[in-house]
Amino acid sequence: MEAHSSEVFVIGLTVFFLACIIGYYVVWSVTPALHSPLMGVTNAISSVIIVGAILAAGPQGFDISKIFGLIGVVLASVNIFGGFLVTYRMLSMFKKKTKKTKEKE
Amino acid sequence: MVAILYLISALLFIFALRGLSHPESSRMGNIFGVIGMIIAVFTTLMFKSVLSYYEIGAAILIGGAIGSFIALRIEMTALPQLVAAFHSLVGLAAVFVAAAAFYDPVAFNIGKVGSIKSASLIEMSIGTFIGAITFSGSVLAFGKLQGTISGKPIVFKFQHLINALIFLLIILLIVLFVINQSPTIFWTIVIISILLGFLVVIPIGGADMPVVVSMLNSYSGWAACGIGFTLSNNLLIITGALVGASGAILSYIMSKGMNRSIINVVLGGFGGEQDTSASKDNSDKIVKQGNAEDAAYIMKNADSVIIVPGYGMAVAQAQHALREMGDILKKEGIEVRYAIHPVAGRMPGHMNVLLAEANVPYEEVLELDEINHDFPMTEVSFVIGANDVTNPAAKTDESSPIFGMPILDVEKSQSVLFVKRSMATGYSGVDNELFYRDNTTMLFGDAKKMCEDIVKSLSA
Repeated sequence: MEAHSSEVFVIGLTVFFLACIIGYYVVWSVTPALHSPLMGVTNAISSVIIVGAILAAGPQGFDISKIFGLIGVVLASVNIFGGFLVTYRMLSMFKKKTKKTKEKE
Repeated sequence: MVAILYLISALLFIFALRGLSHPESSRMGNIFGVIGMIIAVFTTLMFKSVLSYYEIGAAILIGGAIGSFIALRIEMTALPQLVAAFHSLVGLAAVFVAAAAFYDPVAFNIGKVGSIKSASLIEMSIGTFIGAITFSGSVLAFGKLQGTISGKPIVFKFQHLINALIFLLIILLIVLFVINQSPTIFWTIVIISILLGFLVVIPIGGADMPVVVSMLNSYSGWAACGIGFTLSNNLLIITGALVGASGAILSYIMSKGMNRSIINVVLGGFGGEQDTSASKDNSDKIVKQGNAEDAAYIMKNADSVIIVPGYGMAVAQAQHALREMGDILKKEGIEVRYAIHPVAGRMPGHMNVLLAEANVPYEEVLELDEINHDFPMTEVSFVIGANDVTNPAAKTDESSPIFGMPILDVEKSQSVLFVKRSMATGYSGVDNELFYRDNTTMLFGDAKKMCEDIVKSLSA
């Protein structure tokens, strides 16, 4: 039992450090002009924590942990929708300005 | 099967970040992120233990509606506040998930109530601790950015000692929590961590907000990581690590942009009341003041203009009027470019977004190291709403608080136009000797109004 759980932990730790290294290289390749959208995207994907909230909210019936789970789902959803949408809005402003420089006004 | 789907989701998140290496690929990246999230959510809904689809569906709809409403309505100038607010939600969600795991460990397969595995308890309390700090720190950052709370740093005696003691107390509580698994201790950890989050952000001043926002971005990732370890969920661990790394790198870039270590920013107290000896020396110096017509005349007769926008431009919402001014100058055959300092604005890349919003082509918007060597060949620098990032004292005056900070060399251009509301100093509290030079013209007034007036004079 003890050996098993420590093994799971080491696998988790391996994944963690490899992901940190990937993150390091990927983020340095992001162009500075897009640092705000980067924050928008990372904010949205960090809400993948919704996975844990759904598991907590999953069982039938109503107990305290289910309520916590549902609150978690609501909070994470605000972020997922909000984060991706606001990033979308930012990125669509960075479209190449070709013929239509004056679309509005 | 579940593990594979989660892996695909994690890979899509990596591609989402990777897409941001260029504006052209960035929109596809965002779509990858959305697909990754959809896969993650539906995979989890397929779990045997997940049965309450209606409740979960309703919760997603409520949260989604709120999030969409806010994201579609928000002004681009208010982006930093929005991001801070979103970070606080991630932190809070992490606390709730950890609490749910604590009260119903069976659903997460980490043991039974009262006999949860020690490793899971440690991971859970670390996730809670970081989540709670992210929550309260972000709420305070939101308040400072929104202006509800003064942006001035609040410093008091023994501040760092108190924070350190609270941190030790939390570690002690975590040890106790692992031993007796008491709900009281769990909530005590939550409350004290929330307190610590406030205390950590309180001494940090307005101009350091880009670092704080990036740092909280990083924390929200580590919180997700902590929960990922609790649930032995690789998707959460990977995503949390990506976000954590991203925020950490942004904090590093921002601190470097101010020539300060992250530690120095975190310890705070910068940008409050400084000794005013420097400004006293300058009180008798003469400032050359001009109006919109003068500015229009100077720029019209130039070959090249570099525009240096700062937070003041964002506050005045002057980006559209500024772009219009740039367009007219370009029509006259004048080369117009924009120079962005790394810490301009209140979050990384904020100026770029505002200029993009005003339809400035991103090819004309350059970073500090791309454009700095062009200032000597430039006739006019048009500084709008920026101050400290142009101050030559950063290079010459060793006693200055901003000494060593990389600056935009506007002083090397033939003439400098400063659009400012008043003679007030920048956030560092340091006077700018550039204001008193012969080739500098000060244009006092609201940034937006000034740009509009210049446009009028140019078209006349």
